Amino acid sequence: MIRHSVGMAFIWLGIVFDFLGVLGLLRLPDVYNRLQAATKCVTFGSAGLLFGVFILKGFTSFGFKVLLGIAFIFLTSPIAAHAIARAAHRSRIPLCGESVVDLYEADHEIDKEGGDDAA
Amino acid sequence: MRVARWLAGAVALGILAYLNFFVFRAPLLVKLINVSLFSALFVLYRVIRGPSPADRIIAVDILGVLSIGILALLGLHYDQGFFMDIALIWALLSFVASLAFAKILEGRRLDD
Repeated sequence: MIRHSVGMAFIWLGIVFDFLGVLGLLRLPDVYNRLQAATKCVTFGSAGLLFGVFILKGFTSFGFKVLLGIAFIFLTSPIAAHAIARAAHRSRIPLCGESVVDLYEADHEIDKEGGDDAA
Repeated sequence: MRVARWLAGAVALGILAYLNFFVFRAPLLVKLINVSLFSALFVLYRVIRGPSPADRIIAVDILGVLSIGILALLGLHYDQGFFMDIALIWALLSFVASLAFAKILEGRRLDD
């Protein structure tokens, strides 16, 4: 009974985090802001949901597959987010109007100047 | 104007949540699956309407992660294990597709 309550609590938490992350994906003004909100919230939301399913199912074959899914999400989602953010910045997608500083662009400029000096 | 839009959105979401959780007669897991499917609808709006290509790529990536959760809940509801197989394969393909899309967006070739 306690196991059922804890599992359903994790599933509720995951659903709420999923919904908030998708709301951030819909409402934030910029590619990078959207990526931050969506990736963080949806990763934690889906992982929490899968953890709730694992608590409900226990150590059966279903439960082990769910654990494998959690490990896979935690490994791959940050890598995909990093690749997308890097590609978006390199393909000159602009930041939103309220942005104050773009340190990655500054680093890029310094790198280019240093390369020219070395050549 | 901004407050009015926020209020309209909150009232619409409240009506949908009321219809889903108190009017719709179904087991609780089906109601939770409905919430996830509604989130996926929001993500599809971002896929269709996204101003830049990176928005669409992010939205497709997030859609993959959301569908893993939906498939896990479906497997819990029907008490069948093969839904998690579909979810794992979907996660793998979504990851590879995100990386490939990112490389294409960056302007590099895929065998680079």
